[in-house]
Amino acid sequence: MHRSLLARFRQGHRTHRFPREAPTLPPLYRGMPRIQSEKCASGCTRCQEVCPTDAITFQSGKPTLDMGHCLFCGLCETACPADALTFSRDYRLAVNRRQGLIVGDGEADRAALVETANRVFRRSLRLRQVSAAGCNACEADTNVLGTLSFDLGRFGIQFVASPRHADGILVTGPVSENMKLALQKTLDAVPAPKVVIAVGACAIGGGPFRGHDEVHNGVQDIPVDLYIPGCPPNPWTILDGLLRMLGIETPATQK
Amino acid sequence: MTEYRPEYRNVAAVPLKDIAQSEMASFRTQVQERVAAGGLVLSFFGAPIDMEMNLICVIGQAETGALHVFRTAVGESYPALTPTIPQVHWFEREIAEQWGIRPEGHPWLKPIRFMQRAYNGKNILSADGADVQVGVTDYYSMEGREIHEVAVGPVHAGIIEPGHFRFQCHGETVFHLEIELGYQHRGIEKALVGGPHKRTPFFMETLAGDSSIAHGIAYAQLMQALTGTQASTRAEYIAAIALEFERLANHTGDLGALAGDIGYLPTLSYNGRLRGDYLNMTGLICGNRFGRNLVVPGGVNFDLSPDTVSELKKRLDVIFRETRISVDLLWATPSVMARFENTGVVKKEDGIALGWVGPAARACGIEVDARAHFPFGAYREIKVPVASQESGDVYARARTRWQEMENARTFIDTALSTLPDGKVRADVDVMRKGALASNTLVVSLTEGWRGVVCHTAITSGEGRFAAYKVVDPSFHNWFALAMSLRDEQISDFPLCNKSFNLSYCGHDL
Repeated sequence: MHRSLLARFRQGHRTHRFPREAPTLPPLYRGMPRIQSEKCASGCTRCQEVCPTDAITFQSGKPTLDMGHCLFCGLCETACPADALTFSRDYRLAVNRRQGLIVGDGEADRAALVETANRVFRRSLRLRQVSAAGCNACEADTNVLGTLSFDLGRFGIQFVASPRHADGILVTGPVSENMKLALQKTLDAVPAPKVVIAVGACAIGGGPFRGHDEVHNGVQDIPVDLYIPGCPPNPWTILDGLLRMLGIETPATQK
Repeated sequence: MTEYRPEYRNVAAVPLKDIAQSEMASFRTQVQERVAAGGLVLSFFGAPIDMEMNLICVIGQAETGALHVFRTAVGESYPALTPTIPQVHWFEREIAEQWGIRPEGHPWLKPIRFMQRAYNGKNILSADGADVQVGVTDYYSMEGREIHEVAVGPVHAGIIEPGHFRFQCHGETVFHLEIELGYQHRGIEKALVGGPHKRTPFFMETLAGDSSIAHGIAYAQLMQALTGTQASTRAEYIAAIALEFERLANHTGDLGALAGDIGYLPTLSYNGRLRGDYLNMTGLICGNRFGRNLVVPGGVNFDLSPDTVSELKKRLDVIFRETRISVDLLWATPSVMARFENTGVVKKEDGIALGWVGPAARACGIEVDARAHFPFGAYREIKVPVASQESGDVYARARTRWQEMENARTFIDTALSTLPDGKVRADVDVMRKGALASNTLVVSLTEGWRGVVCHTAITSGEGRFAAYKVVDPSFHNWFALAMSLRDEQISDFPLCNKSFNLSYCGHDL
C-alpha cells in the first residue's frame, strides 16, 4: 500500500493545462500547410509530382492542397525549390465542411467551424469509435485522449461501448468493403440527433488506399459534421477539433 | 537425404535462377526436413513467375541464422502440408484465398480475409462460388446441454480495430475460441505488384500503423539490397533507435492496459501517460509520433543533432525511471500477480508446432528474435539479449515485455553514446527505370515489438515487383490467442487478448 502511494507521489500531476495553455509540439511537427503561390516558378509542379496521394492540384498556375488527402509527409515541402509550400506549426486543422480542408494562398478559413458549433452536446458528448480498416495509428491517437495527460472526461466527452449510449460516431480508416455494413449498422444504432466525425486522411478520402477496389475512400454517403485531417492527426489536433465543435475555444500554437 | 540448397542470410539479394524449381514431392520433403530440424516458416505464398504459378517457402533457422528458400510449380491443387506441418495452416488458407489453389487434405480450409475473389478471379472457398460475405463461413461449433456460443465484434467495445470472435462455452469455461478477421483488408499486396510506386513507402508505414518503423526498415533494407545501396552505419543506428522507441511505447501501453483489464488503475494511468512520452521522443526525432517518413531506402530522412541526442538521453533517463516505478507496482502487488499467473497459459510444444513468434513465443521458452538470430542494421554491432520466460501465461508475456523494455533502454543508451559520424541518407532513386535488380528475390526480416516481420520481394525481368509478400508477426500469432483461451474463463478474454495485443490490419493487409 505504501508502495503505491509513494509511486503516486513520484508520478506527480501530469494533466496538461490545455486549453488554458497551448500544447507542446515537437520542433519538427508539420501542421497547417501554407501556400505562397507568388513564389512559385512558372510551370513548376514539383510538389504535385512527389505527392503520394495527389493532394496537390494546380489551377491557373497556382497550387492548392487538399488536407483531406494530405499525409503530412512533407515531401512537397522538401521538393519545392522556392519555399512556396511550407508546413506551419499550427495544429488546429479540423473543419466542419469538406471544402474547408482545401488550402490555397493565404490563411485557411476555419471560422465556419465555430459559427455552427454544436451547442446540443456542449456539456456532454458520448462517442462510439468505429475503426473501419484504420491502421491503429488514428485509433491510438484517439485512445490517448483518455489518458491523464489529456483527460478527455473533464470536457464532458467520453467514448462509450455501445452505439445506443452514444451521441455520435468517430470513424477512422478508409472504410473497407468488409467494414461498410458494420459501420452503417453502428451509425443506425445511434439515436438522433447524432454527429459523425471523420478522423485521419483515410476516413476523409481513403488516404493512401484511395481508389483500391477493397475500400470505399473513407466515409461517403454519410453526412460528416467534423473533419480532422492528418496521418494520423496529432492528439492535440483531434482534441482541438472536438472542443471547437462544441464551441470551446482553443489556444494557438506557441511561437 | 535430400540435397540442400544454399543458405542465405537476412536481406541477401538472390538471383531467381539460383533458386531452382523443385518437383512438388521434393519440395515437400525439403520443407518437412527443414521444419523437422527446427526451422520456422517465415513465409509461404503463391507467386506468378514467368507466367507460371509457383509456391515459395521461406524457412528461417534460428541457431545458424540461415534462410532457406524453396520453390515449386503448382497447378490448381496440391497435397496440403498442414497435416504434417501445422505451422503452415494459416499460410495454406491464404494461398487458397489469394490464388484459388486448393491444398488437398487441409483440415480446416476457409477464408482468412474474406477477399471478394482471388487475384486471378477464382473463388474456391464459398459454396457453389457464391459471393463472399465477410464473417459468413462455417464455424466450429459444439452441441450439448448448457453449451452456448458467444459472438463478439466486428465492432468492439473500446477504441480498437475490428475482428469477429466466437466462443464455444460451457458456463464460464471456454472450450474453443474461433477468430475471424478480414474486416481490415485494404488490398495492399495487390497494389504493391508492379511497383515501387509513389505510394509504396506509405503502404509500408500503414501495414500496421503501430509498427511503422519495423515495416519501414524491412522495406528500406529490402530496397537497398535490390538497388545495391548501403545505408550508412549512422543511419542504421538512428533507424534502430526508432525501432526500440516503438517497442518501448507499445510495451508500456500494453502493460498499462493489462493492469486496466484487471482493475488495477495506478499502472494503467501512469503507463498511459508514459507511452505518450516515448511516442513524443520519436516525434522529437522526425516530427511524427509514429515515426512516419523517417526510415527510407538509403537511410533515414532526419539526422540527430548533438542537442537532440542529449535531449533524448535526458528524457529517456527520466521517463524510464518513472516507467520502472509504475511497472514495478505490478510485480509487487499480490492481487495483480494472482490474476496474471496461470492465466491464458500456452505451451511451448504448441508454439513450436504452430510457429509462434515474438514475445508471445519467447514467453513460453521459444527463443527466436530476429535481432539476435537474423541480425540486421545496427543489431549486427550492438547485441540485444533475447528476453524469455518459461511459464507461457499472462505473467510471462508481461514479464518478457518488461525485460525487452530494459534491453531497449540499454540499446538506445548505447546507440546514442556511440552514434557514428556520417551522412544519414545515400542517394538512391528506387523509382528510376532499371534501378532494381531484375529476376531477383530478397527476404528482409526485422524484429518488431510483436515479433518477426518478414517481407519477400520478387522482381520481374523489368525490375518491378512481380510479387511482394508481407508477413506481419500477428499472422503467426492469432492462433496463439485462440489456444490461450482453451479451458479459460470467458471473463479473462480481455486480459489474454491484451497480453498478445495482435494487429488486425497487419494480418488483413
